[in-house]
Amino acid sequence: MSAASTTPNLASLAPSIVADRRRIPTAWAAYALLAPSAVFLLTFTYWPVVQVLFGSLTVKGFQGAAHWGVDNFARLFADPHFAHAVRNNLVYAAGTIVPSLVLALGFAVGLSETTRLSSALRTAIAMPMLIPLVAAASLFVFIFLPNAGLLDHYLAYFGIAETNWLGDPSVALGSIVAITVWKNTGYYMLFFLAGLAGIPQDLLDAAKIDGANAIQRFLRITLPLLGPTCSFVLIIALLNVLTQVDHVIVMTQGGPSDATSMLLFYIYQQAHQNYDVGLASAATVVSVGFLFALSVVSLRSLERGIHHEV
Amino acid sequence: MRSSRFWPLLLTAAAVLWAVPFLWMAVASMRPGGAGAVDIASLLPAGPFGLDNFRDAWSSGHFPLWYLNTVLLCGGLLAVQCVTVSLAGYAFARMRFPGRDALFYAFLLQLMLVPPILIVPNLSTLVALHLYDTLAGVAAPYCASAFGVFLMRQTFRTLPAAYEEAALVDGASRLQIIVHVLLPLARPGLTAFAIVSVTSHWNEFLWPLMATSSPSTQVLTVGLASFTAGAEAGSEWGVIAAGTFFVAAPLLIAFVAFQRQFVSSFTFSGIK
Repeated sequence: MSAASTTPNLASLAPSIVADRRRIPTAWAAYALLAPSAVFLLTFTYWPVVQVLFGSLTVKGFQGAAHWGVDNFARLFADPHFAHAVRNNLVYAAGTIVPSLVLALGFAVGLSETTRLSSALRTAIAMPMLIPLVAAASLFVFIFLPNAGLLDHYLAYFGIAETNWLGDPSVALGSIVAITVWKNTGYYMLFFLAGLAGIPQDLLDAAKIDGANAIQRFLRITLPLLGPTCSFVLIIALLNVLTQVDHVIVMTQGGPSDATSMLLFYIYQQAHQNYDVGLASAATVVSVGFLFALSVVSLRSLERGIHHEV
Repeated sequence: MRSSRFWPLLLTAAAVLWAVPFLWMAVASMRPGGAGAVDIASLLPAGPFGLDNFRDAWSSGHFPLWYLNTVLLCGGLLAVQCVTVSLAGYAFARMRFPGRDALFYAFLLQLMLVPPILIVPNLSTLVALHLYDTLAGVAAPYCASAFGVFLMRQTFRTLPAAYEEAALVDGASRLQIIVHVLLPLARPGLTAFAIVSVTSHWNEFLWPLMATSSPSTQVLTVGLASFTAGAEAGSEWGVIAAGTFFVAAPLLIAFVAFQRQFVSSFTFSGIK
């Protein structure tokens, strides 16, 4: 900042003095520039984590008295609804991440050459990522409608009988998985397309000349070079699994009989419907723990990943 | 050579399958309500067509209000974010100060600890700040954006340092340099950030649902959820399709029109 008051002459004559005079004010100027962001991060990201830790360890007594303890966690881990939510979330993670990543990679490889057809197909596959998850849910409410709905209407041509896609506990989570795969695959495809564009064509040509067939070229060259993209997409997919339950809220309310409940839905339910802040806080701590572990493992590769895409 | 026909066919079939929900939305929303009971599930674009469903949806939901709230939310938030991320992005890109790397990683933590996870504590913060049930309250947790800071840092780093050194020597302050010299050059970065920010907040549901309670502060997604629940009870599928179209259309149209820009913004990012 003080360099601003230095005359041009002096600056060109003695750059080292200017640098020295700037050093300490530079730090303060930097902190001032970071301050607006820091205020919001402190209020809505760091402080809430502290707050929720305290909240989860605060046990409310009967006459408004409160003391420290792990009762909330004891209640949480004893709650069969919570166990359901965690189990469903794991099934949901595997059920959405594996197919959407495989499909996304497949679409990207199949559509990596730009022709009029392939760009139209890419658009069709990418479009679901732009609509709200609740809008997707509104469409799929009809698609999954038993008997009269779109899916049953067309499956009837193949002699497949009516299914209660959202009402049958053994099918409902699969239906929620299907919506998520439909919605997110196009998003992941974009990253694979960007990753594929970064693979030098002469590498593939050289392998072709050396007699490697398409499958060998894919397994030995394309896939290893897509490694950073894969881990980047995987991290985003894991994040989505923990942070997106809009369709569950709109379509099933976690039911039937907890079949589609998930960790964040459980938190929402405890906070919004049961007003059990202690339980909601304890569940949030579990969730934050997962995300924190994920961050420690992935922040560097995430940074590299974003870098890589540029 | 059979395989050269097989793959395009398979890919086309898969993409058509992917588009089916949108095809249904288009066909069902245009089909007048009376015919609904019979063939509402048919994807064949057979007439008669009409705009009755759009009229019904528009009059039974508060779409003008929801649009207004959503535009105010996305626009106001973006304006604040542009300030916070530009300043912080510049500091991380160009200045040296104690604790820079640690602070940068502390900022990046927000990529993971996203506001939907922290609804319980953030709600009590909103209440304490008297921001509950206001659009400002919905926007508040996003006013700082780790993704935006990262993106602007990368963008500023690609700009030659010579410009700002010249301006510094000419007596400009850092703020003047950021606003008048660097931001005009960083416009591609800001545009990419704007697209990602508007898309994610236009589409967000859980946090606005929790942070608001009165009908006057509802955004499109929250409105659509209650609208769908109402129309579902009456089996008005054509009306639901029309209402969903109102919510989804602006971004879909923007995407098709500016596809290249959208795709490069999203792949730059990955994180909202």
